[in-house]
Amino acid sequence: MSEIRIVNESRRHFLQAGIGLTLAIYLPLGRAASSAAKPGKAGSAAAMSETFEPNVFVRIGEDNLVTVIVKHLEMGQGTYTGLPTLVAEELDADWSQIKVEGAPADAKLYNNLFWGPMQGTGGSTAIANSFEQMRKAGASARAMLVAAAAAEWQVPADSIQVKKGVVSHAASNRKASFGELAVKAATQEVPAQVKLKNPKDFVYIGKNVSRKDSKAKINGTAQFTQDVRLPGMLTAVVAHAPRFGARLKSFDGARAKSVKGVVDVVAIPTGVAVLARDFWSAKKGRDLLSVAWDESQAFKLGTDEIFSQYRILARTPGAVAHRTGDAEKSIGRAAKRLEASFEFPYLAHAAMEPLDCVVKLDRDSCEVWNGDQSQTADQNAIAKATGLKPEQVKINTLYAGGSFGRRANPDSDYVLEAVHIAKAIGGKAPVKMVWTREDDMRAGWYRPLFYHTLRAGLDADGNLVGWQHRLVGQSIVTGTPFEGAMLKDGVDATSVEGAANLPYAIPNMLVDLHSPRLPVPVQWWRSVGSTHTAFSTEVFIDEVAHAAGKDPYHFRRDLLKDHPHHRGVLELAAQKSGWDKALPHRDGVRRGRGIALHESFNTYIAEVAEVTVQPDGSFSVDRVVCAVDCGMAINPSIIRAQMEGGIGFGLSAALYGAITLKEGRVEQSNFNDYPLLRIHEMPQVEVHIVPSVANPTGVGEPGVPPIAPAVANALFAATGKRLRKLPFDTSELKII
Amino acid sequence: MIALTINGKQHTVDVVSDTPLLWVLRDTIGLTGTKYGCGIALCGACTVHLNGAPVRSCMTPVSAAAGQKIITIEGLDSRVGHAVQAAWDKLEVVQCGYCQSGQIMSAVALLSGNHKPSDSDIDSAMAGNLCRCATYQRIRAAIKEAAKQLG
Repeated sequence: MSEIRIVNESRRHFLQAGIGLTLAIYLPLGRAASSAAKPGKAGSAAAMSETFEPNVFVRIGEDNLVTVIVKHLEMGQGTYTGLPTLVAEELDADWSQIKVEGAPADAKLYNNLFWGPMQGTGGSTAIANSFEQMRKAGASARAMLVAAAAAEWQVPADSIQVKKGVVSHAASNRKASFGELAVKAATQEVPAQVKLKNPKDFVYIGKNVSRKDSKAKINGTAQFTQDVRLPGMLTAVVAHAPRFGARLKSFDGARAKSVKGVVDVVAIPTGVAVLARDFWSAKKGRDLLSVAWDESQAFKLGTDEIFSQYRILARTPGAVAHRTGDAEKSIGRAAKRLEASFEFPYLAHAAMEPLDCVVKLDRDSCEVWNGDQSQTADQNAIAKATGLKPEQVKINTLYAGGSFGRRANPDSDYVLEAVHIAKAIGGKAPVKMVWTREDDMRAGWYRPLFYHTLRAGLDADGNLVGWQHRLVGQSIVTGTPFEGAMLKDGVDATSVEGAANLPYAIPNMLVDLHSPRLPVPVQWWRSVGSTHTAFSTEVFIDEVAHAAGKDPYHFRRDLLKDHPHHRGVLELAAQKSGWDKALPHRDGVRRGRGIALHESFNTYIAEVAEVTVQPDGSFSVDRVVCAVDCGMAINPSIIRAQMEGGIGFGLSAALYGAITLKEGRVEQSNFNDYPLLRIHEMPQVEVHIVPSVANPTGVGEPGVPPIAPAVANALFAATGKRLRKLPFDTSELKII
Repeated sequence: MIALTINGKQHTVDVVSDTPLLWVLRDTIGLTGTKYGCGIALCGACTVHLNGAPVRSCMTPVSAAAGQKIITIEGLDSRVGHAVQAAWDKLEVVQCGYCQSGQIMSAVALLSGNHKPSDSDIDSAMAGNLCRCATYQRIRAAIKEAAKQLG
């Protein structure tokens, strides 16, 4: 059957500016022969299969179900609801008839339009890159259903209405469901042009349609990688090296093999895998392995030594990421000078589903089940590792039990490990590789450790005249497919995002960067560079405001005259939080309110946090008011959920998050020493969405960055102490 | 051989007696709604009911569950269970969803013994259940909503 592909040509070239909006419909490669017979038609094969597939995103069956094929991973952020909403809107389907299916790995059909020829999910792009594409997919399908009805009823197409899954012709009082029209619709001409709705006519966009993944996640039937069960499948648990850069020297698997249920013990490039009939036997076997590691090339420094070296590096100029005027000179001449340094540890993603991957390897195919955030890269890496062609690698993308970036690994690390295990046993059984929590925590691929120094100068009137920001930390994009687009003149854009584009009107500004190379693998972690740049810039601007004797909200606002989006959310958050009214006093505790503002992934967010600090330094975050401008709100409930969740995620990092190294070994192992926020620590979060008709931007990540600085600024307001190191050291807030 | 009563059904399993109940449920019986998150009772993703009480199945040896009434997310079929699941759906609690089986099992256990839980009751009953997506605000609201529906 032929299928059409709708491509937003303007966005196929990642990060290239100046290309206008061009939408085109393509026949997919590899199907050209069958399509050529009936150019521009959906084809008669569709009638034979009794489904109508107007394009690769929509399938309508005679059962009246509309299946929307979603090219992005559902990891909690709502893609399985948001993207189908766009289709349902233009198709005028009934929400209850919409079903969702994960797209197969196919970069030609299902690429992220912001990433060029790559299928993957990240950078809060799912809704933003699909906005036109999915609406056009729905509109094309609608037009073909209408054409089918017009032909059937012998009436003009423009006299036909579609509403909630019902196609009708008022004058002749005829109506039909999508299912009744599906076979005939499949023979209709694919429209070259479709008209999209006027936003005032939206029935689903901007409303709170229900999450498509809710019920399965409530009754235990949702399928995660962890839940895959295949006939004859073995579960693998792996012994990994104790340090980054260590290699397997030798091992003795005899004791492991004596465990009931253990089937095999094999060496793989990253360690030794124990395969068993079930997880528990495999883990028991793994724990009984004797493994010798060659640590001669292993990394043996600790966190303290890394920070010491970074502090030395920070004394010298780095690669320039932004320069306006002469920051050095203006700060030198300033009436008042401020200087501060900030420290950020490595952070683990620590999704609730530990990393896992299921692989079925045969002679001429490899089938994978995975909560896959980066299908094309994984497909290519698997092809390389197995000697297969990429198209022989089939990836079934399942729900991910969280990911936060981790399942888009630039080296396909855990995916390849599973493939190597399947290879090592000659593909004799499907393999489910499961990492224990400890494996997951210690495997690296962390948010990089960073050290920042900031300097600022105020003139005699309290005006901010100079700003100098130096960052030291490992580059994430070096060596990844994004290197070409995001590494320029020695500056990794993800290291300085949020710092190099600071919105405040400062006449003299210099931002520079050192990117030392260390063997500790690092990766994007929900909101990437903004995880640290929002903190240092928003805490430091607060310090500057206080030094200028100004209110930190008004001080920021006055510097945002040319940035209406930033200013808009800042004002909204301040207003909704009651910024100008003092917090009610409570005996025996210190209270304070702090504000922070940050843009990431084209979404603007301001957050106001209220804290209560006990005499022993412990504190609670009582309330957070969040204002978000993410363009057109597709699903307000999901936007609020992402803000609530992003704030909770950011608070985990601010309060507890730290992966530390000692002599190269990761010191943390599980949630006892890498704690996450718990329910009693969750603040009351109020989310206010700025009304907008602009194209939607992402919401999966941007809620995270402002919370840590908002809390730090609130703690300063309450205690007079500036906390510049994450996670917070509450002993500094002690007064008893 | 160990005899188990899971969701009202009898099972006889041939596993080593120290095997955690979690892995018997998931790998031997095939009830995969109960999740593995940490393996040492720190996250609550593996929460099931043993005679109505919430337990962490990752640290419960299967031998300790023998002959007792085990309920998993798949077998949640009580008035309280349905009210909690309906509230979870109505308030759109889930995000990634991986921890939610455990959250729901803890919430059902709480509401089964306490029809009007205070915020601090909710805190103590739910503090053992981690949610990396931090859906806590909606979990709290959904527990209150279920309590309201149960009257």
